[in-house]
Amino acid sequence: MSAPAIPSDPPADYLTDHTVKSWLLTGDHKRIGVLFLISVTIFFFVGGAAATLLRLELMTPKGDVLASADAFNRLFTMHGVVMIFFFLIPSIPAVLGNFLLPIMIGARDMAFPRLNLLSWYIYLIGGLLGIWILIFGGVDTGWTFYTPFSSMYSNTMVVTAAVSVFIVGFSSILTGLNIIVTTHTLRAPGMTWFRLPLFVWSHYATALIMVLGTPVLAISVVLVGLERIFRVGVFDPALGGDPILFQHLFWFYSHPAVYIMVLPAFAVVSEIIPCFARRPIFGYRFIAFSSIAIAIFSFLVWGHHMFVSGQSMYVGAIFSVLSFLVAIPSGIKVFNWTATLYKGSIRFDTPMLYALGFIGLFTIGGLTGLMLASLAIDVHVHDTYFIVAHFHYIMVGGSVMAFLGALHFWWPKITGRMYPEFWGKLSALLVFAGFNVTFLPQFLLGWLGMPRRYFEYRPEFQVLNVMSTAGASILAMGFLLPLVYFLLSLRQPRNAGSNPWGATGLEWQIESPPTSHNFHGPVLVTCEPYMYSPEEAEREYAHEQLVHHS
Amino acid sequence: MANTETHIISVKTYLMVFVALIALLVATVVAAMLPLGALHLPVAMTIAVIKAAMILLIFMHVYYSPALTKIVSVAALLWAALLLTITVADYFSRGWLDILGK
Amino acid sequence: MSSSSITLEEAAVPARTETLLSHHFDDVEQQSNASILGMWFFLATEVMFFSGLITAYTIYRALSPEAFRLGSLHMHVWLGFFNTLVLLTSSLTMALAVRSSQLGRRDRTVWYMVATAVLGAGFLGVKAIEYSMEIEHNLFPGVNFQVPAEDAAALAEISATPEELQQNLGHFQIMFVLYFFITGVHAFHMIIGIVIVLIMAALMKRNWFSGNGTTQIEAMGLYWHFVDIVWVFLYPLLYLIDLSGGH
Repeated sequence: MSAPAIPSDPPADYLTDHTVKSWLLTGDHKRIGVLFLISVTIFFFVGGAAATLLRLELMTPKGDVLASADAFNRLFTMHGVVMIFFFLIPSIPAVLGNFLLPIMIGARDMAFPRLNLLSWYIYLIGGLLGIWILIFGGVDTGWTFYTPFSSMYSNTMVVTAAVSVFIVGFSSILTGLNIIVTTHTLRAPGMTWFRLPLFVWSHYATALIMVLGTPVLAISVVLVGLERIFRVGVFDPALGGDPILFQHLFWFYSHPAVYIMVLPAFAVVSEIIPCFARRPIFGYRFIAFSSIAIAIFSFLVWGHHMFVSGQSMYVGAIFSVLSFLVAIPSGIKVFNWTATLYKGSIRFDTPMLYALGFIGLFTIGGLTGLMLASLAIDVHVHDTYFIVAHFHYIMVGGSVMAFLGALHFWWPKITGRMYPEFWGKLSALLVFAGFNVTFLPQFLLGWLGMPRRYFEYRPEFQVLNVMSTAGASILAMGFLLPLVYFLLSLRQPRNAGSNPWGATGLEWQIESPPTSHNFHGPVLVTCEPYMYSPEEAEREYAHEQLVHHS
Repeated sequence: MANTETHIISVKTYLMVFVALIALLVATVVAAMLPLGALHLPVAMTIAVIKAAMILLIFMHVYYSPALTKIVSVAALLWAALLLTITVADYFSRGWLDILGK
Repeated sequence: MSSSSITLEEAAVPARTETLLSHHFDDVEQQSNASILGMWFFLATEVMFFSGLITAYTIYRALSPEAFRLGSLHMHVWLGFFNTLVLLTSSLTMALAVRSSQLGRRDRTVWYMVATAVLGAGFLGVKAIEYSMEIEHNLFPGVNFQVPAEDAAALAEISATPEELQQNLGHFQIMFVLYFFITGVHAFHMIIGIVIVLIMAALMKRNWFSGNGTTQIEAMGLYWHFVDIVWVFLYPLLYLIDLSGGH
């Protein structure tokens, strides 16, 4: 088919065509990334609303805000399900992975553009089913759907929830397939594996987990659904079933799933830190290989969620040791990022604030994770707020902050506009402060023995709970501000320039926003990634400020 | 990376593999009828693995495929084995200690 | 390659053999590699999908080997044997279909693909017959499930306590849960396979594929062989646990 003449001035970018059809039938990976951005943002605030209600209830020891304990159960379940399956898992890979990966490797699109669009529609269907559940009564099993409560005793929409999770899992699998095949087959000439940005390495590792783990989740929720519908006793002890089998199948996916949520965050941090320290990343190969190592080892530790479930103590001990080992690659990354900062020329722009916050908060989350890997400690703090605090440090202090940092870093590339720096910095600080005030007390609460998923608690826990809720209100502001200023920034003209940060990487060599096919001609890669120099930094920065800021 | 077929397998090879698969099918039924006791499962699985390997290597062209394809097919089976082995290890090792419930 | 739209007359002529190239690929070989690699990784997800069920099967069979053995004696060994034969043959015809498309022999390719689909449908027909017989004998799990008297008696003999008997009876039913579910999932995959193979055969007949359709058919072949491999494991696991008759 002969190509239409490309208008010379101004060049059309991927956002130019405004028709609904062009958006809903797009094959363009950049548009699909934007579609995912809109959807995951909506779900983030839905999950956030649930969290707000939870924290309001937990301000007082008695149950007085919500109608019943039952309502509380449904709220924390929906908070978990929405945040994990509809926000965290797709967030960075489906938004930024889709948008950036092809550009970073010098390709014109992902390997399978139509499957990419399909992954968004599948996500929407699963997500809409989730909304349906929210409106029509919710689920009260916890996001972990433990049997036999979920399979036999719960009176809520468990089967619908199982279907919803099953569907959204396919979206994840398709995203993973696309990332893997794209990385293998569409790298531009000269883009060898070790010239790839670490963003690509981490997303590749994430995709491996998505592909190998998600199907097992699918089977585990289908079995729960089957048992509910047919009353067949796969997990019913009276009929010979074993509830622990569900936990094995569930956590075989759900532990690696937490690495699906954090590896893309590592990807983002590995891009931001070198740029704002103006130094090449320290230990490129270590970070690349540790990403793959994490993907592989993450499959060997799932039993640390089951120390008190009744699994054999021998296997528990083995899982404990393996869980200690899986922390090593993550530790390597933290050391490498920190070493990258050494003797750098550091700028504290908003993305960097988020990245630095990530390093600190992820380290705390990771270290508490090591505490939990120790079987003896976990026996005492399992199902307490210690666990809740641990995973929120990783998922919010880690992944969400990385997501926000990524949005700020690549916003000019995605939209062609800059966000207001003052408000960006303010939000980052609000998020950091609010987050810590919310979740640090929860470590103490867990240590003192407050159980999780409880609607009431002993009065002596109230002070820390009030502190936590207060922090949550600050955190909420930190999250709402970017929603406002990002949207407002869209009213500006597209004048951010192709490289406002003076960053390396192929995405910064093309227009902001990029054209539909990303590149105007064949791409040839000849240099290593992260060729920053601190001495050049001041000169480059001044130049960029002059040229691109009006 | 050359995944496109440069090697076209002959009809004869396909037919030979087919005949071998049928023979192994008969073998597995015969083996089930023998009094093997605890060996039934290992024998049946060994025959199944050989059949699967033949289908993989010849029908699915893995023998003539690049290394990446070979790695993917092996990795998938390895991962399935991982889930199976460790989960079975849990059930197998319960009750090894004289502690109730462990 | 610069042909734009195809007129009706052109469609009747032996089709072009240059494969249409999507804009984001540099050449046909890259495009083909990507498709095949994508199918392989998809098959990896399918392996993991079945592995959860195989794990459940392994655990429960290990917990009650006798219950599983007795349960499997209710399977129709020779129908299963016939089905395995049919499926292996369909893999042969599928492999020959791929080969024909590699050689550009379109009519032969269509023929082999139709044969594959027919054999697959035959498999499903036999499976349906088996299911109906099992349902008739109250072996479908759920409210109508009944442990046959002789099996209950056999399990009672090997159970030391009433609790153990309950467990064994429960595991007897679980065997059938897993049987119906795993073979059901397998059959579902077969249905999808048959439909797509038929669609591809029809498209092939109409010269819809821009090249010889080799990559697409090869990818479909991979899927088909995978479904066959799953059955190669299911047959001995479900039907042939122990036919030697005595313990």
